[in-house]
Amino acid sequence: MTLDKSTVQTIARLARLNVDDTEIDTYQSELSNILDLVEQMDTVNTDGIEPMTHPFDATLRLRDDIVTEQNQRDKYQAVAPSTENGLYLVPKVID
Amino acid sequence: MTTLAQLSKLLASGELSSVELTQTYLDRIEQSNHNAFISTNTELALTAAKAADQRRADGDTNPLLGIPVAQKDIFCIEGMLTTCGSRILENFVAPYTATVVEKMHAHGLVTLGKANMDEFAMGSSNENSFFGGVANPWSAEEETLVPGGSSGGSAAAVAAHLAPAATGTDTGGSIRQPAAFCNLTGVKPTYGRCSRFGMIAFASSLDQAGPMTHTAEDAALLLNTMAGFDHRDATSLEVEAEDFTRSLDDSLAGIVIGVPKEFFSDGLDNEVATIIDAAIKQYQSLGAKIKEVSLPNSHLALPSYYVIAPAEASSNLSRFDGVRYGFRADEYTDLVDMYTKTRTQGFGDEVKRRIMIGTYALSSGYYDAYYAKAQKLRRLISNDFVAVFKDCDVLMGPTTPSPAFAAGTGGEDPVAMYMNDIYTIPANLAGLPAASIPAGFTQAGLPVGLHLIAPALQEAKMLNIAHQYQLVTDWHTRVAPTALGGSN
Repeated sequence: MTLDKSTVQTIARLARLNVDDTEIDTYQSELSNILDLVEQMDTVNTDGIEPMTHPFDATLRLRDDIVTEQNQRDKYQAVAPSTENGLYLVPKVID
Repeated sequence: MTTLAQLSKLLASGELSSVELTQTYLDRIEQSNHNAFISTNTELALTAAKAADQRRADGDTNPLLGIPVAQKDIFCIEGMLTTCGSRILENFVAPYTATVVEKMHAHGLVTLGKANMDEFAMGSSNENSFFGGVANPWSAEEETLVPGGSSGGSAAAVAAHLAPAATGTDTGGSIRQPAAFCNLTGVKPTYGRCSRFGMIAFASSLDQAGPMTHTAEDAALLLNTMAGFDHRDATSLEVEAEDFTRSLDDSLAGIVIGVPKEFFSDGLDNEVATIIDAAIKQYQSLGAKIKEVSLPNSHLALPSYYVIAPAEASSNLSRFDGVRYGFRADEYTDLVDMYTKTRTQGFGDEVKRRIMIGTYALSSGYYDAYYAKAQKLRRLISNDFVAVFKDCDVLMGPTTPSPAFAAGTGGEDPVAMYMNDIYTIPANLAGLPAASIPAGFTQAGLPVGLHLIAPALQEAKMLNIAHQYQLVTDWHTRVAPTALGGSN
């Protein structure tokens, strides 16, 4: 399966990645090759097969609704690129 | 080769202190040119070693107390650089410690440093690390070989005698493949045996931590310290703690070894096939029965994996956006531009490829054709294992289609590189325990790994089967040509 260049650009945009003009041919080729590999899946009829999302069909466990962790905001924010007054700073979204 | 079992005796007898041992390994790391470590922290390591010596003086007899180990840089350790081999976490000092490491520290193990790895554990050659590739200690002078990926730094560290053991993680073969390339025993436990809390996530339904050691006995000892239920990991298995060394000495008389015919496919190197065949015959001499079996859907493992793993990766790696931790691009116009530039500059090529494949597979209109289809095939692959384990105790075959290859020869085609994991991926999809153990050498002197796959939660039996082979062979004792410290 060959992805066209606009699809590659759309995927990149969804993934929040830039693919510039010098890279587009490479990505187009490499992603298409991977999808060729993936297309081998179509050789098997899987109608009626239950998808296996967990190796042991386990469901995610729930914890008791009690506080078990301390607030460590300062510690965690110490590794952030930019913070102020206990908040993470990012570019302005709303004027 | 120095094993954990040997070091444990030396420490217990007082012939060696943890501080002396730790300093020896730190010195070797300093002298090494394998690029096996991304970072070390001498002060933390020696402080932990001193504490271990004090614990021993106070009467603590934990078998691995004071033994230094390398930790794959995918594990968060409070106060230590934790990069996951990526520029996007280049300066990330973890504010907490992964459960696996926490448990090892509680047993008195000493962390020497953080081992190099393919970025976010994506790779089969350890050439995808932002911090440069790792040299396989089995490389000849004229040619640098890859150590395998993604736990290549961990494997090289142990094979080069820069650490007596290391942790690795295995999403599609990342413990077993480098173990095979570096002549080590590498164990991927049952999915959920070891906590994933604090282990930077790649593909959450596949990732599993495990030990990389010289011997099966050492792997059992180290797994004793790593495994166990963790309430902080919702995928952690609630099973009773067990001693993985308990059955190492059991006889193999009467065990049934299944040999899947699909594991001897066209792409298998002839020398590797011959060596694996000889290893399996050796098991016959130990009393095992050999039975040819079939895993008819195993050829679908690779395509299924390359939907499931990238899909989960695209989701997991969405957290790396430059807001809360890690690298942030310098110049941007708005929030989306900040996300995009941060991720574009922060991620390497293989990571971007997988994120994009995963994004595509999960996008509107394609989910059923890709992700749901892959999960259905996963069921069929798992059912194949259930069927063969009705008649077999363990499956055996080659770990990899070829021995270690030269750095830079993986080619431009990512799909060709993915083929390295063709035999290891099925066990990840089914969540089964599996191991690679040294099985011999090619004429060029390169190690070859024998692959073992066991039923769920049968690690102790699998390690027994590996250990009995190591009692009658010496492949695992061979020292890599560029190892430091010789036979120690």
